[in-house]
Amino acid sequence: MKTNNAKKNLLYLLISLTGVIFIGKLFQLQILRGVDFDPVHNASIKIEYDYPERGYIYDRNGRLLVANQVSYDVMVQPNQVKLSDTVEFCKLLKIEKEDFITRFKKAENYASYLTSVFLKQLAKEDFAYLQEKLHKYNGFYIQKRIIRDYPVNAAANVLGYIGEVNEEKARNSNDYEQGELEGKEGVEREYEALLKGKKGKKYFNRNRFNKVTGSFKNGLMDSLSEGGKDLTLTIDIELQLYAQQLMNGKRGGIVAIEPSTGEILALVTSPSYDPNMLVGRDRSKNSIFLMDPNNPEKPTYDRALLAAYPPGSPFKMMNALIALQENVINTETTFRCYGGYRYGSKSHNFMRCHCGIYDSPIALKTGIAKSCNSYFSNTYKRIIEKKRKPSQGLDTWNKHATSFGLGSYLGYDLPSGAPGLIPDGKYYDDIYKYRWTASTNISNAIGQGEVLTTPIQLANFTAAIANRGYFYTPHIVKKIDLKPIKNPEFINKKQTTINTEYFEPVVEAMHEVFKTGTGRWSQVNGIEICGKTGTSENFVRVNGYKQQLADHSILVAFAPKNNPKIALAVFVENGGFGSTIAAPITSLMIEKYLNGYISEENKLRETNMLNLSLQDIYNYYRPKNKEIASRKE
Amino acid sequence: MRQEKNNIFEGIDWILVFFYFFFVGFGWLNIYAASKTDENLHILDFTTKYGKQLLWIGFSFPLIVTVLFFNSKFYERFSSIFYLISILLLLLLFPLGKEINGARAWFNFGSMSLQPAEFVKVTSALAIAKLLSDRQYNLNLVKNQIKAFLIIFFPTILIVLQPDPGSALIYLSFFLVLNREGLTLNYIIFGVISISLFILTIFFGTQTMLFWVFIIISIIVIYLIYREGKRLIRFNWHKIVITYFLVGLFVYGTGFIYENVFKQHHRDRFEVLLGLKIDTKDIGYNSYQSKLTVSSGGFSGKGFLNGDITKGNFVPEQHTDYIFSTIGEEWGFLGSGLVVLLFMLMIARIIYQAETHANKFGRIYGYSLASILFFHVTLNIGMVIGLLPTVGIPLPFFSYGGSSLWGFTILLFIFIRLDAHKNYDW
Repeated sequence: MKTNNAKKNLLYLLISLTGVIFIGKLFQLQILRGVDFDPVHNASIKIEYDYPERGYIYDRNGRLLVANQVSYDVMVQPNQVKLSDTVEFCKLLKIEKEDFITRFKKAENYASYLTSVFLKQLAKEDFAYLQEKLHKYNGFYIQKRIIRDYPVNAAANVLGYIGEVNEEKARNSNDYEQGELEGKEGVEREYEALLKGKKGKKYFNRNRFNKVTGSFKNGLMDSLSEGGKDLTLTIDIELQLYAQQLMNGKRGGIVAIEPSTGEILALVTSPSYDPNMLVGRDRSKNSIFLMDPNNPEKPTYDRALLAAYPPGSPFKMMNALIALQENVINTETTFRCYGGYRYGSKSHNFMRCHCGIYDSPIALKTGIAKSCNSYFSNTYKRIIEKKRKPSQGLDTWNKHATSFGLGSYLGYDLPSGAPGLIPDGKYYDDIYKYRWTASTNISNAIGQGEVLTTPIQLANFTAAIANRGYFYTPHIVKKIDLKPIKNPEFINKKQTTINTEYFEPVVEAMHEVFKTGTGRWSQVNGIEICGKTGTSENFVRVNGYKQQLADHSILVAFAPKNNPKIALAVFVENGGFGSTIAAPITSLMIEKYLNGYISEENKLRETNMLNLSLQDIYNYYRPKNKEIASRKE
Repeated sequence: MRQEKNNIFEGIDWILVFFYFFFVGFGWLNIYAASKTDENLHILDFTTKYGKQLLWIGFSFPLIVTVLFFNSKFYERFSSIFYLISILLLLLLFPLGKEINGARAWFNFGSMSLQPAEFVKVTSALAIAKLLSDRQYNLNLVKNQIKAFLIIFFPTILIVLQPDPGSALIYLSFFLVLNREGLTLNYIIFGVISISLFILTIFFGTQTMLFWVFIIISIIVIYLIYREGKRLIRFNWHKIVITYFLVGLFVYGTGFIYENVFKQHHRDRFEVLLGLKIDTKDIGYNSYQSKLTVSSGGFSGKGFLNGDITKGNFVPEQHTDYIFSTIGEEWGFLGSGLVVLLFMLMIARIIYQAETHANKFGRIYGYSLASILFFHVTLNIGMVIGLLPTVGIPLPFFSYGGSSLWGFTILLFIFIRLDAHKNYDW
């Protein structure tokens, strides 16, 4: 009977326990009122937001790039809506009835008890009209917002844009409500916290009909809005605009850096878009077009930051510097070229060279100026073979190359980037199971093998050469509210692993490139340009067949030779030889930046470049084009 | 055999009747507060929720008289038939039912709808009482256990399929009845351990739980060896291995099912409840708002019709499943605490009365009633004050709705009828 009693009492026990727990919880909720109790996050309190002005953005010379304008959204709280005449209401908002239904459903799905955006960014004349009529419709009201205005149509990739916060973030963050705007790309995204400012809040009591009955606690908890901070970019908008014009009809990227500070003077991707396309009522239509993954032009893809291309010949300077530092060559060491470099016994194991100096000794200066493949293949072989194992040699090579910021994200203050690739010993050990030699990856000697760099990495690399051994991490923001930035990442020097004395012969050779070498057609009188052209081979697979495309045209340069003011990397996709497109663009940009104008003698060069379009080539090489592929078979 | 008196109110337990009328009356006041709008002022306006509820309450009086009119024997004799009819009604829902809030749980008669599930509780309680009260019936036999489980799970499954898993959960309360009637406690212990493991796994993650479960079982085994000596291993090693294996499998399975079979909205519910995710807007909105509403009442409440959150209609479904939040806001700790206390006293009273029955049928039915009420009240108030996940079931006698009110009225008054006759030898 004892067990039976225990069983009898179980329910009594459960009841008492539940009663105690529930009353305890009620005590905690209603009398102790722990952290859960927040009188302000109460649904009978209405919070009205006062959105501050988002920070303005200026270029380095104080020219206004991004300002604000006011826009109006129609908001809806679905559970309060009582519509007697939908048709009339649709007419008022200028939308179709189906559109009305889908929008309303979306708002209901988000939360019937919360407000969400019904119609975005009304035109000003619509707003005036709506404001008079809308109060008749319960559950709908108008919210004022600050949106962007772009006085200059340039640098969309740098500035980024603002857009509505996604629902997930609006739910989980205390800083954002559904329908509010945040920076989505570029500077707008990276500096969101500074640009945004702090929204002001006003608390009101409201009754069951959502009518405000008075201020909550006499405004004791209200706060004023704080404006966002203004940013001054390192961009020179004149140079940026000029570069964008030069890149018209071409695809590629240009990055220009001031070597003495690491400030990015221009960051160009082509094709780009007008930043005003992402503002206003056509915004969503435009963004579908811009972000269409099938659009081969990819206007929102920032080639200057994201496109990792083989660097081609400019990488020869890297090999020269490493070889000098590792003491496997000196400036007097010579190699002979026989129209190419044989790296294996088979007949096709031959890397051709276009330097045009047959069977006579070539030293460093000529090697760079004439871009001799044989010279650098020999040099690379010596670097790799300096150590007992090739992987150790390559690790040393990797250490030096990465000290220039190659193969990493660099750490600049923009939200997108690509690391590129600088292989190390392990990389090839894994592929070739430890059975490889310098000859296996000899194309690294000429920047053509596994090596991949982005334009901004190449520009930074060039800036490090211009500085003879150090660089500042490239950055895009110069001042915050007119006070210079203090981030130690950007104001402290980064030393490379190459000693200063080894840079001088390389700089001399780069100077030679524009005097007598591959860049001599793009000289500018009175400016000592140092640079290096490049031509990078590239392939695509069309219907399973590897097909070689027109080479990418590359150039890195800085000027003037002493006390350099600008270092840049220019990349033109499928532009052919570096000397034909990238070199003239570079020299025009340098002349424009240093002199402020293009001299008479170079006007023809300017006109040619402005009008040159590679669109035919791009159309021809669209991999979709099956007809071409079958013709090739 | 003594002849029954003609007075149908003879011998009934007025304490329970008092509880009933207090709850229904106080419930209506809160429904009035929760659904009042300024436009409709007349309390007998049947287009309003409170007007309709008054109508349901009015109808429950003839219902009570009818229930009391029948002889106790009647309920025992026809319990199987009632059960079968109610199951038939549940089956008929699939072709004929009307879908409200995603569940096909309602029959529609013009402007009125009826939810059969509310009445199946009554017939199931009758059927269980009938089965278990048989003198030959012994719950230690697996065959008999299965019979009882079938009675419980048949309506449960039909209700899950509607799908209305919240209402189906109530049928687990019958395990308390079975336990009282001699079913081994192992089923309940097993259930409780499974649920605890399930929740802990979600909370701490599969890896951590596997680790801790291993440690805890090992500690228990070592303790047992220490106490019982090494013989324990010789005779029980297979049990130990199986325990490790099954518990491990359960934890791993839970993690797997949680990640791969559950949909995101299921996971969200659990995570909000376990505090892994803070959400004041969407799925957590109901729970957050109701907790806040209850809190805002303070010690003595804001007063009848003065709850501004209630008036602002900010708690969804406040007149039905969340009616307790209105009590919390307008009547404060005093009112809501009193309601909890009264509910517990009422259930205790039912058990106390049931234990005095000489007749097994009446006792088991009383126990079923107590268990069902206990589950309903616990799950509902637990949900409103944020102790339990959002399960959409009404608060007995309080929540708006005719089916729910009538279901509980019949459930309670059948017991009052049986109770009034317990002293007759029948």
